[in-house]
Amino acid sequence: MEASQFKSDQYVRFCPGCGDHAICMALQKAMAEVGVETYNTVVISGIGCSSRMPHYLNTYGFNTIHGRGGAIATGVKTSHPELTVWQMTGDGDCLAIGGNHFIHEIRRNVDLNICLFNNRIYGLTKGQYSPTSPKGFVSKSSPFGTVERPFIPAELVLGARGTFFARTLDVDMPTTVNCMVQANKHKGASVIECLVNCVIFNNGTHSWIADRETRAERSIVLKHGEKMIFGANKDKGIALDYSTVIPHLIVVPADDERVLVHDAHMEDPTLHRMLALMGQEKFTDVANAEAQPELPIALGVIRDVEAETYNEAVNKQIDDIHTTAKAKTFDELTQTLEHWDM
Amino acid sequence: MQKQNVVIKFCGDSGDGMQLTGNMFSSLSAILGNEISTLPDFPAEIRAPQGTLGGVSGFQVNLGAGVYTPGDKADVLVAMNAAALKVCTLGSKFNQAGAKYNEQDCTFKKNAVVIIDTDAFTDKDLEKALYQTRKMEEVFVELGLPESVQIVPVALTQLTKEALKDSGLDNKSILKSRNMFALGIVCWLFDRPMDKAIHFLEGKFAKKPALIAPNVKVLTDGFNYGNNLALNIQTIHVDSSEDLEHGTYTSIAGNKATAWGLIAAAEKCGKRLFLGSYPITPATDIMHELAGRKDQNVMVVQAEDEIAGVCTAIGASFAGDLAATTTSGPGLSLKSEAIGLAVMAELPLVVVDVQRGGPSTGLPTKTEQTDLLQAVYGRNGECPAVVIAASTSANCFHFAYEAAKIAVENMTPVILMTDTYLANGTALWRIPKLSELPAIKPQSVPEELKGKYSVSLRDENSIRYWATPGMEGYEHRNIGLERDSVKGSISTNPENHEKMTLARQAKVNQVANKIPELKVIGNIQSDTLLVGWGSTEGHIHAAANELGCAMAHFNYINPLPKNTAEVLRAYKRVIVCELNNGQFASLLRSKVSGVDFLQVNSMKGQPFQVEDIVKSVKAL
Repeated sequence: MEASQFKSDQYVRFCPGCGDHAICMALQKAMAEVGVETYNTVVISGIGCSSRMPHYLNTYGFNTIHGRGGAIATGVKTSHPELTVWQMTGDGDCLAIGGNHFIHEIRRNVDLNICLFNNRIYGLTKGQYSPTSPKGFVSKSSPFGTVERPFIPAELVLGARGTFFARTLDVDMPTTVNCMVQANKHKGASVIECLVNCVIFNNGTHSWIADRETRAERSIVLKHGEKMIFGANKDKGIALDYSTVIPHLIVVPADDERVLVHDAHMEDPTLHRMLALMGQEKFTDVANAEAQPELPIALGVIRDVEAETYNEAVNKQIDDIHTTAKAKTFDELTQTLEHWDM
Repeated sequence: MQKQNVVIKFCGDSGDGMQLTGNMFSSLSAILGNEISTLPDFPAEIRAPQGTLGGVSGFQVNLGAGVYTPGDKADVLVAMNAAALKVCTLGSKFNQAGAKYNEQDCTFKKNAVVIIDTDAFTDKDLEKALYQTRKMEEVFVELGLPESVQIVPVALTQLTKEALKDSGLDNKSILKSRNMFALGIVCWLFDRPMDKAIHFLEGKFAKKPALIAPNVKVLTDGFNYGNNLALNIQTIHVDSSEDLEHGTYTSIAGNKATAWGLIAAAEKCGKRLFLGSYPITPATDIMHELAGRKDQNVMVVQAEDEIAGVCTAIGASFAGDLAATTTSGPGLSLKSEAIGLAVMAELPLVVVDVQRGGPSTGLPTKTEQTDLLQAVYGRNGECPAVVIAASTSANCFHFAYEAAKIAVENMTPVILMTDTYLANGTALWRIPKLSELPAIKPQSVPEELKGKYSVSLRDENSIRYWATPGMEGYEHRNIGLERDSVKGSISTNPENHEKMTLARQAKVNQVANKIPELKVIGNIQSDTLLVGWGSTEGHIHAAANELGCAMAHFNYINPLPKNTAEVLRAYKRVIVCELNNGQFASLLRSKVSGVDFLQVNSMKGQPFQVEDIVKSVKAL
């Protein structure tokens, strides 16, 4: 299929320069690559800039209420598992008001492709800090800087026993499209954290890795089965240092034999968590703004493990009981009651 | 002794099995052709301290002919312990030190037969129930019971132990069977055939066959005990109903009837029933029932919270299922915004509100009608939804079916109001065949709109068409934002918003053309009309009979039946009776001009007492 088939007739109203434009295009490309028909594809969203996405995709879509996209998507996918269901959400919609639904859709492992647009700000309400804004962040609702500790989305996903986590960057189209395609292949709740720039209220929030000149040095695109090598000259690798009580990740020369090979399918989430947390201190506290973490920010599919999905389990249980039941219809059911004629 | 109807109350510790005993006796009576109406009343605590006043659990049943309510006061009381006797005697004053019997508060009649377990009046029992005395014989004096009350002392515990001494059961299991001995005595008193009772027990313990024989033994011993006891009370014969339509009957609790109404509706309209819900007293039994109905292809999602309950249902509705959510007052508050989404997106949805005492956590296990205005108005914006109310435990079936029918035919959320009293109470229900039930025709999108579909397209009744994912050529984006009245895309145009607001209202208003008109019953020539809605129908009916006046009862709240104003204006005195502070009266005042509405209100967490309505009406 072609990306153009997934473009709706609506004018895309994201601000000029907003990272969401790129994600929108990536989605259309990914959906074309996935190849599920427009009428079998459903895009659910809550409220926020990211949640406008369904309007720009020529599929079935439902732009719902703030924070509840996850619960509504759960209803769609569980009741109609034959549909391919995407959820568009942001750091406010998903991690603040919708936090409960987010952890539970992950815990249940509902087969959804969840695009979490993280720009670390509330854009549609014009610039308040979000649950991913770094501590000390100055915004309209935190004129003296926030005093809150932010979430790191990956930790939340893994804490909720997530089976799929990927991270991508608005300016990295190939990785974004690939993460979306991989997310769709994965059976279960697939979370793609899309690091996006809010050009109006939080411009440059990810410039540490987004800037073209330095991106290769400061980020690594993980690929299952491949060595963890990064750098403009592919000269650096990631390894585990066992010299401490709890081993930790370090940067070593690319030819070091200790360089790790990425295994996204590893059941144990320990290493996935370590990879996902690399360099995150840059985003958790404004005091670290000038920090120069040695470890790169991990992009690509960090975790992708198999587990039974909620929608499959629910439907299987119903099918098993329904097919063998003696009373399948209402009239048969009423006969099972203690009844008498009068 | 022959009686038209009799009220009997089983009362004991919450662990004494009073609900089971009461339900068995009620079902047994229903089989024999009695009409029944029951009122279970239990504490909010799962296991209150044993033997205390707070742990008393009761079950009242009215049986006979012309039964409209569970009855005001009991003719026969079974009190399994000292605390139960005190609570039943003192009624709402049971917690007041030094309180004594008075006819008004006492829950049984002054010539009632009161069966007590004399083994449950030990020093410890009396202490726990906060009696002054430590002697059983002084208990009646302390309570101030009149001599007209016929106390029947039975050593239930000893007799049960005796009956089961060779059973091999442990002491705890033996003591748990005390209720069956009491039931046996009551069966003798009302001349209930033992074979039917035994058949019931066999069904009840089908999964624990080892318990059948001991329970049958205790039950039979209880019956024989009554028979051999030279009691100076006569067995009581209760009239069978002659008003009942011929058919197959069962006794059913309101929550189960609600669940089955939804099941029947789903099969009738050819859709799968989806329930998204979260546990909340007193609505949870609907979810329990539906979770067990996978044989009927029902899908239940126990969501992470009330909001997710309704939202998963909205998702399933968007995808084409018959979707429902069940809750009680606090949950309805939490669901408000999502119900607004279903109004805006014009998706069918059944919201069942099993009302309880409020506000806030309020009285979770008690009954009240205080969510009415929340159901009608409790959402942001101009947000009309259909609101209907069941009025008996049995017709919860009909109105759940009706709620689903209205929802899918009119593309609107429908809020079905029941309450604790209907939900937990049981009534005789004539089992319908699916073929007898009215057809349900969902507002599916017609073929000719393929490729031209928009969410905003409506028929001549202002009802939009339902196109669901998987259908090629009907791809669309639905929204909670205001949408263009033609294209269906986001619109902030001022004229468009007003047009859409009126279109959503018109859609709900036209439902009035599809519902029955309001009927007046009783003495229609009277100048006084009693008006009620929902679960108070039986009580108001009985009161109207006693007062010799007319009565009109509402099952349809929004929209109101078309002839409402005409009916109400025909009476000099219109008295709205409800279990709140006048919510329906307020609603009627805003909808019907030229009527001076009078009110009878009660907010005690209990159903009306017929006598209270009668007294209040006379005092107006």
